[in-house]
Amino acid sequence: MNMIQAINSAMDVMMARDPDVIVMGEDVGYFGGVFRATAGLQAKYGKTRVFDTPITEIGIVGVAIGMGAYGLRPVPEIQFADYIYPALDQLVSEAARLRYRSAGEFTAPITVRSPFGGGIFGGQTHSQSPEGIFTHVSGIKTVIPSTPYDAKGLLIAAIEDNDPVLFFEPKRIYNGPFNGHWDRPAENWSKHPGGEVPTGYYHIPLGKAEIVRPGEALTILAYGTMVHVVRGVVEEAGVDAEIIDLRTLVPLDIEAIEASVRKTGRCMIVHEATRTSGFGAELSALVQERCFYHLEAPIERVTGFDTPYPHSLEWAYFPGPVRIGEALRKIMKD
Amino acid sequence: MTDPGARANLPRLSLHVPEPRFRPGDEADFADVTVPPAGSARRPDTAEKADGFHELAYGLIRVLDESAQAVGPWDPKLDPDTLRRMLRYMALVRAFDERMFRAQRQGKTSFYMKSTGEEAVAVAATMALDPDDMCFPSYRQQGILIAREWSLVDMMNQIYSNSADRLGGKQLPIMYSVKERGFFSISGNLATQYPQAVGWAMASAAKGDSRIAATWCGEGSTAEGDFHSACTFASVYRAPVILNVVNNQWAISSFSGFAGAEATTFAARALGYGIAGLRVDGNDALAVYAATRWAAERARTNQGATLIEHFTYRAEGHSTSDDPSAYRSAQESGKWPLGDPVVRLKQHLIALGEWDEERHAAQDKEVAEQVKAAQKEAEANGILGHGLHQPLDTLFDGVFEEMPWHLREQQAQMLAEEEASGRPWARK
Repeated sequence: MNMIQAINSAMDVMMARDPDVIVMGEDVGYFGGVFRATAGLQAKYGKTRVFDTPITEIGIVGVAIGMGAYGLRPVPEIQFADYIYPALDQLVSEAARLRYRSAGEFTAPITVRSPFGGGIFGGQTHSQSPEGIFTHVSGIKTVIPSTPYDAKGLLIAAIEDNDPVLFFEPKRIYNGPFNGHWDRPAENWSKHPGGEVPTGYYHIPLGKAEIVRPGEALTILAYGTMVHVVRGVVEEAGVDAEIIDLRTLVPLDIEAIEASVRKTGRCMIVHEATRTSGFGAELSALVQERCFYHLEAPIERVTGFDTPYPHSLEWAYFPGPVRIGEALRKIMKD
Repeated sequence: MTDPGARANLPRLSLHVPEPRFRPGDEADFADVTVPPAGSARRPDTAEKADGFHELAYGLIRVLDESAQAVGPWDPKLDPDTLRRMLRYMALVRAFDERMFRAQRQGKTSFYMKSTGEEAVAVAATMALDPDDMCFPSYRQQGILIAREWSLVDMMNQIYSNSADRLGGKQLPIMYSVKERGFFSISGNLATQYPQAVGWAMASAAKGDSRIAATWCGEGSTAEGDFHSACTFASVYRAPVILNVVNNQWAISSFSGFAGAEATTFAARALGYGIAGLRVDGNDALAVYAATRWAAERARTNQGATLIEHFTYRAEGHSTSDDPSAYRSAQESGKWPLGDPVVRLKQHLIALGEWDEERHAAQDKEVAEQVKAAQKEAEANGILGHGLHQPLDTLFDGVFEEMPWHLREQQAQMLAEEEASGRPWARK
């Protein structure tokens, strides 16, 4: 399965298991979603469980919160993460705080799915990575898969979770993993271990990172598309790097990060989102606070630039092999 | 910037900035407010299509006339016991507001919001709903809880953030949450409850339930995007929901003109969405009851949503932090052409021969005593600022269902700070 199919399968499995799971969003019903993530679900589960919505993100999330308060488990889709900003208040002030402010009387067990990230010539309105805005908010979980296997297991866990979850899907690798070279096509998931996805139920607990490549020389923290880009660069450079796929940013698997950095003594953080106040800054601070005496070189951050996502120049913006390679040389020179 | 005189042969454009008609020191005169005779608005069948009675969104549905008689097709014909119960709830809301306002002035809590002049909007509407219908209120509908006979002591515990506050001292005073009385957690962010109410109603419909939802916002909040998103959803899916707009004329110091009231009514907002819109005399408890009953019947028979504008007046300040004398005529409240909702309902009962001034005075005394007794009981659990009423470590409860490591660490840090202070738990 590719990642789209795995995400579709996760919703299918959960809708079959739990009649309270409903799917909603622009174009998700009859058409099955612009990326086909919800294809076939309306035909299978009916229009009251899978339905198209008006184009109003504030309404989509607000209505989902109300449905969650009723007792359903809505899985709303925001068609592109760039469009999540109109819904920001409903997510930040409402979904994230409902349990806290009502002492658990009301909760928002919603899973907001949204494709994010660049590399598809989507320009500034179809390419952004807004995860850092939400990791800053108390009360909301942020999940980002990097393989079809993880996408299905994590999405199932997110739907089962009683807290609001943002599930950001790296659309650059929907169809296959990608090593970061803009002039080379993405691979096929069928040749990748993460492409083997069971058709039935399984879940991957939120808050557990995965060591996708063990190593001794340095630790690289990444998530989503960047896991594959980093892996490609590391293999080409022949560096003995340990690559950790964070999988969930909140809650974060701090134990896995600490254990790895203490072992390797070096840490590089890679994300596609803009640099300033990005999630990499939080990771860098945590590693510094917890592993300072084990560090043999300054922590390196490789990120997108602090600009809007440029359309024709997107490969100059993208933290690809050149930028990551330069950081690798710098961190390994001592 | 272009020289404005460069195209001098064209008429100059001008920007219209709305201005209320009366400011402090002005004589208030509401002669231009159209108050149609009670009983003059028609009452369509609830199955009638929403585009068949647009005039109801521009008029004013009134039941109680100038001689306190209930007249016309909207008269809900309530029995005297129900009317007396309604009057009592409204009097209780007023007494509660009075007492809690004073408690804030005495420094017993940080904040309070009165609903003086708007008691009918919450009380009469709640009585027209079923007890298990779900309410998504704004912050001036304490009457819902009172009409659902929720404990005054519990409400006060929340206002005082004391040891018995079910919300654990985490929420601003008056931002109640009472799930077992169908009262959704109040948000301070405006109109966020609107799409949530529609979502709840849609879920109820999707599950084949029979319960409906109702929500309230102020006229100022109709400018929020949430309001319009909610109306779109409510219309598209024919959600079984009642959308109440409490037009009390003032959003803190901004008069209703800044939400668009100079151009049209708030009930007319419904028309563009294909929703039924009613404009109701919000100080006429019977009109509020009748309109809500009618809207509930539409919702329950799958005819869809109704938007009700309650035309009323905020007789007091926005909150304890507000001074309305700084921005509006002192006479406005007294000159409000639709009178006082408590007085009007009282006069109606007297006109029916079911009430009298003596019983009313006795009831006022009685509800004041009831509130006073509740206050005494609540204050035994503590008041805001007199010690920490909740165990310190509960500060981290409920951010997530299960506490993740970073919160556990911060919790441990806070408890260590408390220990290191040398006076652990001293402020308890």
